[in-house]
Amino acid sequence: MGFFVETLIGGLMAGMLYSLVALGFVLIFKASGVFNFAQGAMVLFAALAMARFSEWANIALGGDSLFLANLIAFLGAGVVMFIVAWIIERLVLRNLVNQEGATLLMATLGIAYVLEGVGQTIFGGQIYTIDVGMPKDPVIMFESLFEGGIMINKEDFIAALIAAVLVGVLTLFFQKTPTGRALRAVADDHQAAQSIGIPLNRTWVIVWCVAGIVALVAGIIWGSKLGVQFSLATVALRALPVVILGGLTSVPGAIIGGLIIGVGEKLSEVYLGPYVGGGIEIWFAYALALVFLLFRPQGLFGEKIINRV
Amino acid sequence: MKFRSLALAAAIASVGLSAAVVSPSAHAQAKEQFFPVLVYRTGAYGPNGTPWANGYVDYLKLVNAKGGINGVKISFEECEFAYATDRGVECYERLKGKGATVFQPLSTGVTFALTEKAPVDKIPLVTAGYGRSESQNGAVFDWNFPLLGTYWVGADVAIQHLGKQYGGLDKLKGKKIALVYHDSPYGKEPIPLLQERAKMHGFTLQLLPVAHPGVEQKATWLQIRRERPDNVLLWGWGVMNSTSLKEAQATGYPREKMLGIWWAGAEPDVKDVGMGAKGYSAITLQHGAEPNSKVVKDMLAMVHAKGQGTGPKDEVGSVLYMRGLISAMVAVEGVRKAQERYGKGKVMTGEQTRWGLENLNLDDKALADLGFAGVLRPIQTSCTDHMGSPWARIHTWDGAKWNFSSDWYQADQKVLRPMVMSASTRYAEEKKITPRTPEQCKQ
Amino acid sequence: MIYRENGQFKTTYAADQQIFTIAQDKWFVLGLIAFAFIGVPMLADEYMFRAILIPFLILSLAALGVNLLVGYCGQITLGAGAFMAIGAYAAYNFMIRVDGVPLVAALLLGGATTAALGIIFGIPSLRVRGLYLAVATLAAQFFCDWAFLRLGWFTNYSPSGSVSISNLSAFGWAIDSPVEKYLFCLLFLVAFAFFAKNLTRASIGRQWMAIRDMDVAAEVIGIRPMWAKLSAFAVSSFFIGVAGALWGFVHLGSWEPAAFSVDRSFQLLFMVIIGGLGSIMGSFFGAAFIVIMPIFLNQALPALGSLFGIAISTAGVAHAEFIIFGSLIVFFLIVEPHGLARLWAIAKEKLRLWPFPH
Repeated sequence: MGFFVETLIGGLMAGMLYSLVALGFVLIFKASGVFNFAQGAMVLFAALAMARFSEWANIALGGDSLFLANLIAFLGAGVVMFIVAWIIERLVLRNLVNQEGATLLMATLGIAYVLEGVGQTIFGGQIYTIDVGMPKDPVIMFESLFEGGIMINKEDFIAALIAAVLVGVLTLFFQKTPTGRALRAVADDHQAAQSIGIPLNRTWVIVWCVAGIVALVAGIIWGSKLGVQFSLATVALRALPVVILGGLTSVPGAIIGGLIIGVGEKLSEVYLGPYVGGGIEIWFAYALALVFLLFRPQGLFGEKIINRV
Repeated sequence: MKFRSLALAAAIASVGLSAAVVSPSAHAQAKEQFFPVLVYRTGAYGPNGTPWANGYVDYLKLVNAKGGINGVKISFEECEFAYATDRGVECYERLKGKGATVFQPLSTGVTFALTEKAPVDKIPLVTAGYGRSESQNGAVFDWNFPLLGTYWVGADVAIQHLGKQYGGLDKLKGKKIALVYHDSPYGKEPIPLLQERAKMHGFTLQLLPVAHPGVEQKATWLQIRRERPDNVLLWGWGVMNSTSLKEAQATGYPREKMLGIWWAGAEPDVKDVGMGAKGYSAITLQHGAEPNSKVVKDMLAMVHAKGQGTGPKDEVGSVLYMRGLISAMVAVEGVRKAQERYGKGKVMTGEQTRWGLENLNLDDKALADLGFAGVLRPIQTSCTDHMGSPWARIHTWDGAKWNFSSDWYQADQKVLRPMVMSASTRYAEEKKITPRTPEQCKQ
Repeated sequence: MIYRENGQFKTTYAADQQIFTIAQDKWFVLGLIAFAFIGVPMLADEYMFRAILIPFLILSLAALGVNLLVGYCGQITLGAGAFMAIGAYAAYNFMIRVDGVPLVAALLLGGATTAALGIIFGIPSLRVRGLYLAVATLAAQFFCDWAFLRLGWFTNYSPSGSVSISNLSAFGWAIDSPVEKYLFCLLFLVAFAFFAKNLTRASIGRQWMAIRDMDVAAEVIGIRPMWAKLSAFAVSSFFIGVAGALWGFVHLGSWEPAAFSVDRSFQLLFMVIIGGLGSIMGSFFGAAFIVIMPIFLNQALPALGSLFGIAISTAGVAHAEFIIFGSLIVFFLIVEPHGLARLWAIAKEKLRLWPFPH
């Protein structure tokens, strides 16, 4: 029983981490209708920027204050992500308005290649560390309740908390601020939004920038967990089932989807895996998402797809 | 206008394209011994591939700085394949036309693909510390040289080491050993031997595969936490290793009970984890980090001091750097040996180098002359043994550097040999190869 | 001028229904095929065959299959790599488990097995569409990656999980030299390309296109979506499966599931979109672009660097390759969202009027 709870908690926390990456997909799809396969590359790029800036800042500051160095690096990486968003809008999106989904998807794959290349050229292609002071050792709780107690990974727990806070902030941003409303208007209908004077291009820059910041946060958390290196870009593939399960257009969907996928894949791997040779969690996540899709083809919280002839 | 410029661009591109693509075969160097260097400095495994490549290339530079192989200078060319099998095969095809001496792909997947091609092209395939374990049998695998050790040697030494820690191999009875492995031919390679040993000593073997690239291991380590195996063998590569160590820390599995293969026992694997990996041990391919060896001092003096070093200076002497360096060394020595038979000061072909590699005899004195005293044990190959040395030892990470923590172990030939023979015989039957007889070997 | 088509009258239905209704097209394609069969083997060297031409032919075949599904039937798939793997492993199993199966039969049986499984993996397309479907097909990809790694039966319990095939021969013709391998693949490709071209001109191809353009409308005019979609999955999978079997048997000789990873799926989708959705010709262009461009960049960049006296490190070249490749993709999509095939069509159009455009 204790172990089951432990797996459950582990799955929930892994799910929150997937949600962080999934959130980036949803934000961009909502506002510009682009399925952004470059999200993984953005995570890598942001994490590389963060890791190297913090390293450099630390040297410049003489190694006195890690916190200050990290703060400078965070701001610096934020600016870098803004520049990336601006360039992408300028050079790519603006020229591809009104193209088909598949074309846009390919364009983002092209962007992913460029980001991976540029990121590693500027910042280097080795393993780098992001040290934001995350605790690494586990804690054991409820030892009286279960035999052996429940082990909770503090790092994951903090990461999940940060993810939750980020989602709260984003929700507020979308619901309460004028910019957020403008973003939602663009998401609903490009032309209508434009006709009432919302500048499309600027909105896209903002939304890609927000997605860039989300990627930065995801990059810091994943990077501090795994080390910053090329494979970080592959976390996007783990987040894809989350996105389609939750629905491409729903922020809460990304969270719920993440939790379902996280729990589903961990439970399946631990309880089902040993019977079939293990290693099933990746495809199980996709299969799980597929099963949900068969009942709700637009994802759990996605907007209903209406076909008109 | 737009169309015209596009057409022009296309025309120029296609001309350049055909020129560049056709060129490789055009210029073959005549007077230099050409070493193709298959590397991966980018991609998921780049951080581990880079030091290896730097060591490999640096050693070739060092040989040139010392005057070449009996006066024959070495030329080399790198080809990046990012650990992708098809790109590796392309690199092979590209570089073999330039008169390649030996190929060392540093990828088990590429080794499998090239094992089929090397005999046709007559180029030896040196796989120091990786590749197919059964290719030790040179009578069947004429062109494969898993010098210094195969994964079966590694697995065998691992079990011996664990047995010794418990006070004898018989004490392994009833123990539970988990193998966390990279889910690829590389990671699966030790399984047959471990199963054999499990049968012999009565321990249970738990297999836990980790999918490429190995960044998601939470479920794996949850299972380890539940099953609480007595020891964990780590058979990873690249980011998988550091992730395993971090997950071990996060689930509170003692690092002292973890033992890695030599590809999971280098600086990139543990540096990022730092103190969290303290106490973690790994098998070494004879050598560890060797900053004090003579060859490293030579390297710093003769190559790096002149600004010709390939990588950063502080990397020289690290574990994977040394692995690359030693891989280059055995290949160069193969050429040197071949020159003894086919003419000193001449450029050796792949076929001649093969003979050299098969008759390699590096005793303590030869190794000391090369600057490898205390780094390697003697290596002697033969027709039936393409490995040359079944020895290994263990080193342990103390939070800052690797230190040797055991004596030498020798893989048990009584276990190893029958397995090598049966697997290679099976391969020979499948491929309709007639193993060479002892008489043929002498030629 | 070159493409002047006046004066070419069609007097019979047969003439009107030819594949190439314009004489120039016909002669050009026939000439190209003749050149591929006769000229190329005389000109190209071993490196060209092994590293460029054979991969190009096989991936063209796979791209053709993907194009039938994505370009003609509008079902985006990211599972093409998995279908290649199914083809390769199925053919392998037919080869080793059934005595005396000829090579060609094994390859085609591999394709047929893939077609059967393609139908199963295509079932979600009846309910899920668009990007959701694209991501759902990744389920097939990851499942196959896993199955071929974990389930020993598929690899004949090879301890390393890697399988190999050698000593290929068909109809008493031993296929071992690069030229023979090239010709063998070329035969397959030409046959399948004509098959694909005719399929798309036939009623089934028209059904697919109707489904692609608007599936509800297609249903209204009496096209059965289930039949059309699943047949597209089956035919496309058949093509991809045969290509996968060729990739394993002829190109690699020895392979592991990583040879058909998700990167391969992305690569194939790239080919059809860069080449041109819904165009047979486009599949070839796309395959050529994706196969040759990275190899070209990899070799051209150091040469270019040395021209200006800069030595670019290997890693630098690899990164620059990423950047240029990605930029080119974006560039082509912006210049011509309909792919290289569209550029080809524009070129033909211009050639009709050349040299007097007005």
